[in-house]
Amino acid sequence: MQETTQVNQPAANSIAKPILEVSDLRTQFFTDAGVVRAVDGVSFTVAAGETLGIVGESGSGKTVAALSLIRLLEDPARIVSGEIRFLGRDVVNMSQEELREIRGDGIAMVFQDPMTSLNPVLKIARQLAEAMLVHGRLDEQQALERSITLLGRMGITAPERAIESYPHQFSGGMRQRVMLAMGFANEPSLLIADEPTTALDVTIQAQILDLIAELNRDFNTAIVLISHDLGVIASVCARVVVMYAGEVVEEGPTEAILSNPRHPYTWALINAVPRIDRHVPGQRRLVTIEGTPPDPIAHPPGCRFAARCPFRIDKCTEHPELLELAPGAKARCWVTQSGNPLPSTRAPVPAQAKAGMDHGAGTKLERGERMLQLRGVVKHFPLPKRGFFGKREMVHAVDGVDLDVAQGETVGLVGESGCGKSTLARVVARIHQPTAGEVVFHGQDIANAAQSRIRPLRRRMQMVFQDPYASLNPRMTVADILGEPLRLHKITSSEVETQKHIGELLDVVGLSPKAAVRYPHEFSGGQRQRISIARALSVRPDFIIADEPISALDVNIQAQIINLLIDLQERFGLTYLFIAHDLAVVRHISDRVVVLYLGRVAEVAPADKLFAEPLHPYTRYLISAVPIPDAAMEKMRKRLPLQGEPPSALDPPSGCRFRTRCPIAKSICAEVVPPMIEHRPGHFSACHFPGQF
Amino acid sequence: MSAATTVTPVAFEAVPSKRRRWLRRYGLASAGAVIILSWIMVAVLAPVLTWHAPDLVDVTQRLRPPSPSHWLGTDALGRDVFARLLYGSRISLSTGIIVVVLAAAFGTLVGGVAAYARGKIEELIMRITDLVLCFPPIILALAIAAALGIGAVNTIIAMLVVWWPKFARLARSLIIVQRSQEYVEAAVVVGLSPGRILIRHILPNSIGPLIVLVTLDVGNAIITFAGLSFLGLGVVPPTPEWGSMVSEGRELIEQWWVAAFPGLAILTIVVGFNFLGDGIRDWLDPKSRRR
Repeated sequence: MQETTQVNQPAANSIAKPILEVSDLRTQFFTDAGVVRAVDGVSFTVAAGETLGIVGESGSGKTVAALSLIRLLEDPARIVSGEIRFLGRDVVNMSQEELREIRGDGIAMVFQDPMTSLNPVLKIARQLAEAMLVHGRLDEQQALERSITLLGRMGITAPERAIESYPHQFSGGMRQRVMLAMGFANEPSLLIADEPTTALDVTIQAQILDLIAELNRDFNTAIVLISHDLGVIASVCARVVVMYAGEVVEEGPTEAILSNPRHPYTWALINAVPRIDRHVPGQRRLVTIEGTPPDPIAHPPGCRFAARCPFRIDKCTEHPELLELAPGAKARCWVTQSGNPLPSTRAPVPAQAKAGMDHGAGTKLERGERMLQLRGVVKHFPLPKRGFFGKREMVHAVDGVDLDVAQGETVGLVGESGCGKSTLARVVARIHQPTAGEVVFHGQDIANAAQSRIRPLRRRMQMVFQDPYASLNPRMTVADILGEPLRLHKITSSEVETQKHIGELLDVVGLSPKAAVRYPHEFSGGQRQRISIARALSVRPDFIIADEPISALDVNIQAQIINLLIDLQERFGLTYLFIAHDLAVVRHISDRVVVLYLGRVAEVAPADKLFAEPLHPYTRYLISAVPIPDAAMEKMRKRLPLQGEPPSALDPPSGCRFRTRCPIAKSICAEVVPPMIEHRPGHFSACHFPGQF
Repeated sequence: MSAATTVTPVAFEAVPSKRRRWLRRYGLASAGAVIILSWIMVAVLAPVLTWHAPDLVDVTQRLRPPSPSHWLGTDALGRDVFARLLYGSRISLSTGIIVVVLAAAFGTLVGGVAAYARGKIEELIMRITDLVLCFPPIILALAIAAALGIGAVNTIIAMLVVWWPKFARLARSLIIVQRSQEYVEAAVVVGLSPGRILIRHILPNSIGPLIVLVTLDVGNAIITFAGLSFLGLGVVPPTPEWGSMVSEGRELIEQWWVAAFPGLAILTIVVGFNFLGDGIRDWLDPKSRRR
């Protein structure tokens, strides 16, 4: 409630004195191919102490707009016209000297990648103090003392020791805290945060977002938060600007936009995300918008979203203006400007039944029969010895995991980064050989089998990878990528047949047959992921391991890929092991969910059970950390901030691995490893005090 | 669209034209390519470009300055410097290219084996490369060439011995980087054998930096070969070769043309290969490519 009142006040004052005014900003890239109009006439204002979110998919111009604000643009990008006023001063025509004065002192910026935005060869103390010394208000001793205070304020334990560290000794979340400390060193009146939590885990993301909201309250610093995730925006920002193809398409209070979007693009963004709080059983397909954003070199003359818009009318061939529809709420859409509302959700399209390929190879399993069985799987990675006489340290990536997967089901695997979920996937796919344990696939233990013995089974088990840019060989055409497994496993007998099969595969994943002769770099991230899926399907597997297949994609593309995976499952009776860190997605797609913490299974349950009544404290924390794109829900929900970071996998805690962060840990948790107990049918949990938190 | 008319013009620097940007990006590389191509033409067309024979001794014409009949003068034995320069390009170019290409092929093979075998074999191979790299290359090559005896082939062998380790090191690190890429993991999951993965997937993606090093290194090899010839190894007289030509002219201060022109020739070709190598490196680097 406090937030709302705070928002209303500056909103009233903002007419008198906004601290940042951007009007008709145009930033363009002068490339060989032509002039890229990245930011094309953007206007907005930020009042003192206000929180503004900028949301849009990649390529919408949100980051370029943010960089333009402090003129951090590099060749070939230029601000070609427009006005940026910060505290009444004209930023566009400022000299480099004046700019330096404003950067850091008046406007601070936090970037997405906490790994590269700190200098790796300087101690934290040096970098923090430098930020204060350049503006010349403090001497060295004062700056050092203030650095310690600031780090403490940012929630870093033992800041005296922390400032003597180098960036590589910190985790991603800690570095982002250091970046925030640096940003706040000179108490700026505006903080621009560009996707500050995108590279972080949900639990750490929740911590950082809470911190940003707190800093906004305590220092009265205005925040411009840029994100592709509406949930993140909703948990911090009072007002939202939605960008599409270089333009602002909608602007208004967060609550109003989330509950009643006035632009079809915003509407699509909201409905493309699976909601952790609003799962409708049976409704598996998500709402997606087809097509891609327009080419920023040649924007269409009419509404830029018209080509993809499900509510398109004749008038959309004319370019709409950003008009005020309600006090403080603007939209650039002919449909809503004429007073028509957008529906709350669109009925999802049912799967189109096409003639399927024959995927039953030999011993076909009936639905529900056990396909994969892991028993006591352990994977340790040795680290290089420290010195000649040093002890060889081991990373305990996976430490005794039991898991069953039945034919036809989708098992979701979740956990923070470093919990071993990707390692486990690679052990199952036998990219890695497990240190100990059994991996039984279709009745055959492949844990220690030679690759040549596993090869026949490769036809039944395939994998889709996380990074659509790294998982396709850049020097091979799509036809080569898809043809290689076909020829290797002699699935097709002639070249003509192979080509025909490649065409079918492309059709199955929704790509045109023309894609075959092109190279991976000619495709977008979502299309590449489709190619990756086609490669996995080429050998007609019955089991697919999907290692974070959508985490590198925009929300709309995520929804398309999820729908594709669901379609394929229904058509071919596929079984999935689906790995993700996004709990909403996991809940949406999975029948059963396995929660992994530091190499061990914490909880296994049917998806609905797990999210309704989690038994393990860690699961509860994970669920509560997920931001929900609904301001009202966000307020009602009690956030459980999980403190601290996961302990090192080099030397995991004794007993229960979660005890170091668990609020209900007792002495038994340090002594006895909690056994996996079935508390309800199909609901297992490894906790001494299940459900007591 | 009415917004476009209300735009307030602000003072901004002029945007460089397409042509200037092309020149800035590829200008030096094309200059390098032109220099190298011209030298290759010269090597091929040497008999057409001059009517003098490179090894025709004419003591009546010794140490003549540049003139219409001897464009670049004559040396101590009355041989035409211009003709020797043209024919000399054949030796310099071919030895440089042969040494680097053979060293790159051998080094890549060794580096690939090391990267793929890991463990003890890798350790052994890499320590051998370290061993070779500890010696100053020209001294080691000098010692080996001296032991083998004078002659172009022996000098090439000596240079190969000192030349391969850098390619082995580079190839090993490139292959190790590619090994952990997801598309290689995908190839494992598809069921490809290690050999096929290496040839079909890893090598094509590691070849770029190797090509850059090869190009940059040809200039280096030409200098080293010329250096060895200057020191009396390398080619057997009277075969024309730039390094030995400089060597012959080193005491002839008054007759500057004897040493200066072969020196200039070495300079241009080395600069040419460096420009081209830099250009290829920039072109392969996606970050600088976007500019």
